[in-house]
Amino acid sequence: MDTEILARIQFAFTIAFHYIYPPLSIGLGLIMVFMEGMYLKTGNKQYEVLTRFWLKIFALTFGIGVATGIIMEFEFGTNWAVYSRYVGDIFGSALAAEGLFAFGLESAFLGILLFGWNRVSPKVHFISTIGVFLGSMFSAVWIVVANSWQQTPAGYHIVGEDFNARAEVTDFWAMVFNPSSVDRIIHVWQGAFLAGAFLVLSVHAYYLIKGRYVEISKKAFKIALGLATVISLTQLFSGHRSAEVVAEHQPAKLAALEGHYEANGAADMYLFGWVDNETQEVTGLKVPGGLSFLLHQDFEEPVTGLKAFPKEDRPSQVNAVFQFYHIMVSIGMFLIGLTLYASYLWWRGTLFEKKWLLRIFAFSVLLPQIANQVGWFAAEMGRQPWIVYGHLRTSEGFSQEVSSNQILFSLILFLVVYTILFLLFLYSVNKKIKQGPYDEAKNPDEFLKYV
Amino acid sequence: METFLGLDYPTLWYLVVGLLFSGYAILEGFDYGAGAWHLFFRKDLSRRIAINAIGPLWDANQVWLIIGAGALFAGFPVMYATMLSAMYVPFMLFLMLLVLRSAAIKFRSAEEMKWWRKTWDIIYFGSNVLISFLLGVVLANILQGFELGEHYSYKGGMFFSFLNPYAIMVGLTTVSLFMTQGAIFLLLKTEGRLHARLTFLLKKGMIFFIVSFAATSLYTLVFLPGVTDKFKEYPIFFIIPLLAFLSVANIPRLVSKKKYAYALVFSSLTMAFLLMLVAFQLYPVLLPSTIASEYSVTIYNAASSQKSLGIMLTIVAIGSPLLAGYFLFLYKTFNGKVKLDDTSY
Repeated sequence: MDTEILARIQFAFTIAFHYIYPPLSIGLGLIMVFMEGMYLKTGNKQYEVLTRFWLKIFALTFGIGVATGIIMEFEFGTNWAVYSRYVGDIFGSALAAEGLFAFGLESAFLGILLFGWNRVSPKVHFISTIGVFLGSMFSAVWIVVANSWQQTPAGYHIVGEDFNARAEVTDFWAMVFNPSSVDRIIHVWQGAFLAGAFLVLSVHAYYLIKGRYVEISKKAFKIALGLATVISLTQLFSGHRSAEVVAEHQPAKLAALEGHYEANGAADMYLFGWVDNETQEVTGLKVPGGLSFLLHQDFEEPVTGLKAFPKEDRPSQVNAVFQFYHIMVSIGMFLIGLTLYASYLWWRGTLFEKKWLLRIFAFSVLLPQIANQVGWFAAEMGRQPWIVYGHLRTSEGFSQEVSSNQILFSLILFLVVYTILFLLFLYSVNKKIKQGPYDEAKNPDEFLKYV
Repeated sequence: METFLGLDYPTLWYLVVGLLFSGYAILEGFDYGAGAWHLFFRKDLSRRIAINAIGPLWDANQVWLIIGAGALFAGFPVMYATMLSAMYVPFMLFLMLLVLRSAAIKFRSAEEMKWWRKTWDIIYFGSNVLISFLLGVVLANILQGFELGEHYSYKGGMFFSFLNPYAIMVGLTTVSLFMTQGAIFLLLKTEGRLHARLTFLLKKGMIFFIVSFAATSLYTLVFLPGVTDKFKEYPIFFIIPLLAFLSVANIPRLVSKKKYAYALVFSSLTMAFLLMLVAFQLYPVLLPSTIASEYSVTIYNAASSQKSLGIMLTIVAIGSPLLAGYFLFLYKTFNGKVKLDDTSY
């Protein structure tokens, strides 16, 4: 295989694996802030038990997130040297800010969060929890800013030619607040909150089904359900805003999301479907003119289609982009329905009587994870053939000096190590869940003193 | 070109990057160093104490690597891209070892089984030794220069050319220096039998360090042409190797007086002086080309724009007091001997 394809596979694999963890850390971070805040406010030890329990799982997700994140930071240089030289002036300052403001904050307070229970006061511990949570939120900001700049570049000019060409900052704030960054940061944050909330929902639904830790599980379930309901609903808006920005700034990507080929005609919206890359036709269930309506509030309004672009400027994998995007949207819709119905039952007071619903929640942990993954795949594959939209092609961005054998070597290394890491992660999380927040069998009374 | 305090922006950023990598070497120096002693502790409890001595700190210390690499990317993108793509294999190994090391810290004490702990102990020990070794190897390769042609294109070997005799020597010296640093740090954090054992081990470590340091220095002077040129030009800078020598000599004296905190300061200073030596020797070159000097990567042809460097210097000016504050608070919180509890590794 050629170097470019291998470099892309390696990047996709390492970033997708990495992205299992940071969203969980961000989401769990927010929930732990709630839990520990409730403990400080009410003095109810149940919340402390919950905080300590989720902290153990948080420690795992955070640790693997950091370890796999360092690799990403170096991989730009090792595998994408031309790209790194091209964007260093812009991308670099976002990365430096991320390191200094976000990673410094979260990693320094992480030590206190994990090991400082007996060394600092509860208040200082709570501040550390907030510090780690804010740090993880900031790190999402800077990395999404950098990625958004690749999608919708702003605040820059191109200096030099051919080999020496690169983008340089002309306006820092225009670069940071490029057209897509704010909507995408919110969208990414919300995806992360959902990932964390559904992990909590899933674990406590499991306990409730088994009749274990019933009291605290109800508390935790309600906290997570409240968050999940609000976020899955508002996710719809940030998603819609993001799509509008894509329509304005990356028309070829938007056309690929819905498989819209016709150069200048009304665009349909599909509930599901299949794009034939050869015949350039989509078969599936559609709302005629739906995309036109969503973007322009008019079913007839034309939308630029893929045929308006020369073949070499279109994403090559239209069907993949289409499928990833539609899986994400479908999951989003399903989560809205699920959380709204559960909240309705909560209001009715019958939430915890429905075993079948709890079972769905127990498995639902996978859904936001899948949505986060496919959402990014749609965003990144939809950006192709560009690595910096409109300026630098992916085929020009990889390291010219690196041989395909070297990448194959590192790719195999990653596959092996990450597989082991993933199995260890599943094993440890599973073990911690099975063990539970405290030992019920050994100390049936221990919990009573908390209440 | 814009200046601040009489120094142009690329030079200032060179100092920032140097400071960050010095911080990384000093802080992760004792983390990796402590881990490089791991198999020298016989009892499981000793090994747990040694891991928990760095337990709350290592994640924060690692941030210096992340920020350092970020600063290199941000300020000298050409250097970042050229070095990493040319040294593809050593960096990939380095990264894998970092992942394995993190996993070992997290998972080692999670199970009671003997085989489980033994496996992780070997991985932990091995990754710490090899990471330290590879850092030295990278440094040596930079000092020797790369086969760089026009447009920074790398013409050298792909897989094992980075493992030349000089690189191996600097690698071993780095391992010994980190082990010295790690043993002193552990002396600060332990008590009783483990403490006594460490006093014994540190003596061996110091000998290992002094021998490899002397050999490497000699090799450098004899086989690396031109390393002394800069000093002939600016004799005042002879003070750096002199200070390095004095701070090395000071370590055994302080250790024998049981002033471990001061000993740690001086072994940290040793690293700082040695890195200053390298930085001074290279400046303004970042990555010498062995083909022709005009192909070398320098702080000027590798630098980001004035505008960008100005922004980043502002970011550093705002961010570094914050970072210093976090670190002071963290180290103050975990000052003193290790006490295992139910949150420990």
